[in-house]
Amino acid sequence: MLRELHDNNTEEFSIRFDGQEFNARQGETLAVVLLRAGENQWRETASGAQRGPYCLMGSCFECLVSCDGITRQACQLQVEPGMEVKRVAPPMDDLTEHSADD
Amino acid sequence: MTDADVIVIGAGPAGLAAASRAAESGCSVLLLDEQVAPGGQIYRAVDACPPVVRDLLGDDYTEGRQLTERLRASGCHYVAGATVWKVDADGQVVYSVNHQAKSVGGRFVIVATGAIERPVPIPGWTLPGVMGVGAAQILLKTAALAVENAVLVGSGPLLYLLAVQLLRAGCPPQALVETQASAQYWRALRHLPAAVRNFQTLLKGRQWLHELKKAGVTRYTGATRLRITGEDRAASIEFFCGGRSHSLATDTVLLHQGVVPNTQITRSMNLDHHWQEHQRCFIPTLDNRGATSAEAIRVAGDGAGIVGAVASRLLGERVALHCLIEMDLVAAHDGAEMQRTLQRQIDREQSIRAFLDVLYAPPAIDQQVTDDTIVCRCEEVRVSDIQRYVDAGCIGPNQTKAFGRCGMGPCQGRYCGLTVTELLAAMNDMTPDAVGSYRIRSPLKPVTLGELASLHDTP
Repeated sequence: MLRELHDNNTEEFSIRFDGQEFNARQGETLAVVLLRAGENQWRETASGAQRGPYCLMGSCFECLVSCDGITRQACQLQVEPGMEVKRVAPPMDDLTEHSADD
Repeated sequence: MTDADVIVIGAGPAGLAAASRAAESGCSVLLLDEQVAPGGQIYRAVDACPPVVRDLLGDDYTEGRQLTERLRASGCHYVAGATVWKVDADGQVVYSVNHQAKSVGGRFVIVATGAIERPVPIPGWTLPGVMGVGAAQILLKTAALAVENAVLVGSGPLLYLLAVQLLRAGCPPQALVETQASAQYWRALRHLPAAVRNFQTLLKGRQWLHELKKAGVTRYTGATRLRITGEDRAASIEFFCGGRSHSLATDTVLLHQGVVPNTQITRSMNLDHHWQEHQRCFIPTLDNRGATSAEAIRVAGDGAGIVGAVASRLLGERVALHCLIEMDLVAAHDGAEMQRTLQRQIDREQSIRAFLDVLYAPPAIDQQVTDDTIVCRCEEVRVSDIQRYVDAGCIGPNQTKAFGRCGMGPCQGRYCGLTVTELLAAMNDMTPDAVGSYRIRSPLKPVTLGELASLHDTP
């Protein structure tokens, strides 16, 4: 999907997204880390459709992830060693069904 | 309370030029940049970019370093990672850095937030693997990553620029599927004589096309009936061209039909805007100082109407100059002379605009979408839904919010606003100006309650 053009000597470290480990480098955004690994399905809509990044500049809000309980745009999120990021929960489609565990 | 003479929002060419110019004349300038380093999108990561990428992006990109160097030398107070989420017409700006909110006041606020990609609503455009052409350029600039085997779809010079950049990176696009019809070439001819003033740009465009032809990159022109297919990610793009159907297998489709002004900030203050037909977008109504209908709020660069990087820099310079004249930091007489010089340069840059705008105009919205095409990506509202709202009496974008949450998702209408305006205009037989646009309310970006609270903690 993506070809690396530059032999980057920057130190690599691990981060986790949705329970999976990914290789990351200082100065990268989470969006770059995931796309480089071939991962482009990051969240689900209310109807269950898969979505991934579109604009990579912080205006489309398709790349939403959850970091430390806060919804963030992966294209604006700088990675750090040991970072643990989750998928955002899809918007609730049926407002009548809601458990305390949600 | 005034914390700075001039607050500039955005660090692309307009913002960099405006902030530098103002700071060089001795007034206090605060430049708020959402990104981690100056350059905006066009010169994104220009200071950190590795040589191999600098070489394939060329001078048009690397000349951005002159602007970033100028900023650093100017004495301007530059804040990176600053997300502006509220601006008031009296010059108060609220922004957050690392979830800490801060409120600052400026005598002038220069909004230089540039442009965003025009949405390209075609069936399947929401599938993973479909991105804007700008996104592919951001991957090149910030991470030295080139998209492989992509199909580039749409119209406009940026399509060719990216194709050439990918080609030079060793990843030629699989094909270009271009939507401009042959009739547009004829209509654009009328504007060619004026465009010749900017012949270097015309030559550059011709060189790109020549480079693509030499490399054997397939170009389909006048393509219609575009549809991206795939189960839960992009798998192929279908279209009609040259009298028959085509289908190209690809996991990456890059869309582009020009860029449009990012007017979230100016609209959030309910400032005057008007529809500009030849660029098919709303722009803030400005006087020759770059002032909006609110005296303290000025706009420079693509946010005032698409003019490109060089003209954006010149406009940033000019808008700052007017502020300096009003603050008596530049004598009116000297200022007038500088304005005339800038205006001549701006006019020269602008001479190619009409030609490009006509040649690469996107198709009329109702000719591009199908009933099942998603209009509002965030809330999954389709063209057929909008038609139902119209049948039930909906005539304005803000009503679509009430009917079906259209425009109420996290993107706050950035990627559906223009589509909805043009669809409602077509369906109701009204002009886009009469239809209007989404009412925008702050926060312009999501903020946490903690951030709001921190705002009132700071002295």
